[in-house]
Amino acid sequence: MRGTLYNAVFSAGITLILACLMLGVRLSAEGTRLTVVGAGADRWEWILAGVAVVFFGQLFSPRLDALFGRIPKPSLGALKPQDSTLKRLKPWLLAALIVGLVIWPFMVSRGAVDLATLTLIYIMLGLGLNIVVGLAGLLDLGYVAFYAVGAYTYALLSEYFGFSFWACLPIAALLAASFGFVLGFPVLRLRGDYLAIVTLGFGEMIRILLNNWTGITGGPNGISGIEKPTLFGLEFSRRAGEDAQTFHEFFGIDYNSGHKVIFLYLIAVLLVCVVIYLINRLMRMPIGRAWEALREDEIACRSLGLNRTVIKLSAFTLGASTAGFAGCFFAARQGFISPESFIFIESAIILAIVVLGGMGSQVGVILAAIVMTILPELAREFSDYRMLMFGLLMVVMMRWRPEGLVPMKRPHLELK
Amino acid sequence: MSQLLLDVNELTMRFGGLLAVNSVNLKVKHRQIVSIIGPNGAGKTTVFNCLSGFYIPTDGSVMFNGEQLAGLKDFRISRKGLVRTFQHVRLFSKMTVIENMLVAQHRHLNTNLFAGMFKTPGYRRLEQEAMDRAVHWLEEVNLLQHANRAAGNLAYGQQRKLEIARCMSTQPELLLLDEPAAGLNPRETKELDELIIRLRDEHEISILLIEHDMGLVMGISDHIYVIAQGTPLADGSPDEVKQNPDVIKAYLGES
Amino acid sequence: MTEASLYLLQQIINGLTIGSTYALIAIGYTMVYGIIGMINFAHGEIYMIGSYVSFIVITGLLAMGNIALPVTLFAALLVAMLIAGTYGWSIERVAYRPLRGSNRLIALISAIGMSIFLQNFVALSQGSRDVALAPLISGSVLEFGSLETFAVTISWMQLLIWSVTLVTMTALTLFISRSRMGRACRACAEDLGMTNLLGIDTNRIISLTFIIGAALAAIAGLLLGLYYGVINPYIGFIAGLKAFTAAVLGGIGSIPGAMLGGLILGVAEALTAAYFPSEYKDVVAFGLLVTILLFRPTGILGKPEVEKV
Repeated sequence: MRGTLYNAVFSAGITLILACLMLGVRLSAEGTRLTVVGAGADRWEWILAGVAVVFFGQLFSPRLDALFGRIPKPSLGALKPQDSTLKRLKPWLLAALIVGLVIWPFMVSRGAVDLATLTLIYIMLGLGLNIVVGLAGLLDLGYVAFYAVGAYTYALLSEYFGFSFWACLPIAALLAASFGFVLGFPVLRLRGDYLAIVTLGFGEMIRILLNNWTGITGGPNGISGIEKPTLFGLEFSRRAGEDAQTFHEFFGIDYNSGHKVIFLYLIAVLLVCVVIYLINRLMRMPIGRAWEALREDEIACRSLGLNRTVIKLSAFTLGASTAGFAGCFFAARQGFISPESFIFIESAIILAIVVLGGMGSQVGVILAAIVMTILPELAREFSDYRMLMFGLLMVVMMRWRPEGLVPMKRPHLELK
Repeated sequence: MSQLLLDVNELTMRFGGLLAVNSVNLKVKHRQIVSIIGPNGAGKTTVFNCLSGFYIPTDGSVMFNGEQLAGLKDFRISRKGLVRTFQHVRLFSKMTVIENMLVAQHRHLNTNLFAGMFKTPGYRRLEQEAMDRAVHWLEEVNLLQHANRAAGNLAYGQQRKLEIARCMSTQPELLLLDEPAAGLNPRETKELDELIIRLRDEHEISILLIEHDMGLVMGISDHIYVIAQGTPLADGSPDEVKQNPDVIKAYLGES
Repeated sequence: MTEASLYLLQQIINGLTIGSTYALIAIGYTMVYGIIGMINFAHGEIYMIGSYVSFIVITGLLAMGNIALPVTLFAALLVAMLIAGTYGWSIERVAYRPLRGSNRLIALISAIGMSIFLQNFVALSQGSRDVALAPLISGSVLEFGSLETFAVTISWMQLLIWSVTLVTMTALTLFISRSRMGRACRACAEDLGMTNLLGIDTNRIISLTFIIGAALAAIAGLLLGLYYGVINPYIGFIAGLKAFTAAVLGGIGSIPGAMLGGLILGVAEALTAAYFPSEYKDVVAFGLLVTILLFRPTGILGKPEVEKV
């Protein structure tokens, strides 16, 4: 008992030291002078409450551990029905899902559809980074750079050369892929942690360059007035530009600003489906297996004749191209981009999506992306604390369930 | 075929001031089982690392089928038909047994992205061949029933067998086994014994192995090399080596 | 001496000043990496917290009046070291120790999460805007060169930074090489498992490493806070990146390496800012990092590693 009491007092003391100055007082500026003021009684109540929680938590820690141990870890895998039933139902489920996804936006508000489109963008980004981090095991902290390349490619090509959205999609993907290749070539042989920092630095560097190349990229003001995508040339605006017709005129219906939102949403759905299909195929091809083998044991790969440079580069490049894809769409949806959208925290969020989803598992990543995008919307009142909670969530999840929401399931191969 | 499969001359490996391998000579003919033995820390695994390209030898030549291997990178050497296993089993633990077998055959498959995306006939044929080869080798080592289990979940002895089967699926000419019997019980060691002999006789490859299990070594080797402290000590047939006084001294010390 | 060379000399002096503070932060990275092989992503935030605490103590003591400046600064130093050290210790216990055996990515995610948490913690409790302190130490110690063209100055502030970092690094070097704890630190950095088997409480040593690193970062926080006069919750991010670059430059795991790397980075940055548009000076750190990792990954003072197969 004495040991735990000592622990409790010690921990409480530590908490007090951590909080007393950083939380307990405030630096505020009165005119040009800096002063220190007490942070107010309610702050101190929080501090004392925190200290008390830590004290009692440590005091009763064995009992609390037992209590928490009994909380079952969420196992979404258990919710899945039997494999055989799943196989029979799969085509029907997929069809129902697709139909649902297409019909749904017509029945809900514009805000909901907009949110769904944002979620779909993060799904794309998550799936792309999943190739790099989840499948190939390469720690990439600068993924947002490729996202930026894709976005700025469309913005610049559309503004200076009048390229259409659909033409820019493959170009953005290709350009992002080449950036991935150029970065990856020298850097992929580095050890895990170093690779993480270097890619982080690269992401920051791209942002700084975008911020300072004011002549081309508009600097901190970014690029605005980006063209929205058209449906075979039909524009979704109230009045068409020259030589063009609007969507509502063509179909003889009234103009509704919601059409544009739904159209963007449907494009996103299409893009995500393409990405999911392509990545699924890749995972079942030799290259996908090679990625995972590389993650498992690089030395064994080398001893079996696999060229690790080529394999790593392919993962990096394909992941980058997916980000380029998503970036192009992002620019089209927003109509305006600036370097502010491509800060490190975005890379961290996408990384969190991959890790929380269960590295390698596509379903897990999709679920995690949905949770990460929708949760902040639901907790609107706490928006100030959003990032704080995000950081805390990352630390907690790594201790509690590092394998993610849906750990990857190995494919069952037929031995014909 | 009188040409040597593997001809190693004056192989030397230096790490800064440490001379780990000192002018080692090895010769392996076709369809031969050759063993390397020696006290612990003798540099035997370092020799393997030099032969397989994980270390670039400081000096010496490694001729494999008439081609110079010294200086080539690890994955290039393995593509030429010289594959190895490791002292501590290196499997792709989270992947299934059959996936391990398929990954090993990576270079025999069509890795062209478009061929794979559109499942061209050529692509499908190569995938089927790889699957057939994988199934064949799993049957050889009696692991077919575990095909869809995660490799990390197999028993230790089974993992060792899988590592060998995986190497064999790459269609090598020379197999380097690093202490394959370590940690195996007598029954498993006997199975390993028979497997190695089968590999030489039925599948016509040569095997170079590092081993401490004298029973295994003396029983199946065609030729034995003894290395102590990185330096060649003796070589010959099992009987010759058993009676060599230098070898006895190296293992048992002065009497 | 020509004006150009005087200008160059001034940049080098400035660079060495900033560089020595980078060195202080870099030591924390290199010590932690040397002992448990992970990058303490949240280390930059400790530096930031150190600067906030020092500002708070300085402002508080100044408001009380009649306290001599050296005493104020010294008190700020001690309190910052204490509180930052506590943060360092707590971070290790909460976010790193439970994940000791897991794979790299898990530990990295936890570290990133901790870093984001601390940044926003300070932003919420102290406000996310810049906090400015009126310059406390001004004037120059030394000036030379012709006053009509350009005069090289060494300010009191720079002298303070140099002397504090010199004393700190000397103390640290003596501690590591002479004391029993220091020996234990070195043993742990060499081979953690073996040291554990020899009966040394490696957990204690690891905690100590984090505390020392944090204390040094706090010193840097105080010095740079006074030098620049402005702080905000986000300075830890870029400072951390640069300090890590410095650690890698000098050879990760090597304390003298971190010192050397810091100075080199500081000078490189100052020269870049002097002769190119200053926004690009942050890019210099990244460029140096990539270059050193490509051509000499073990760093200037590091030993080449042989991969064990």
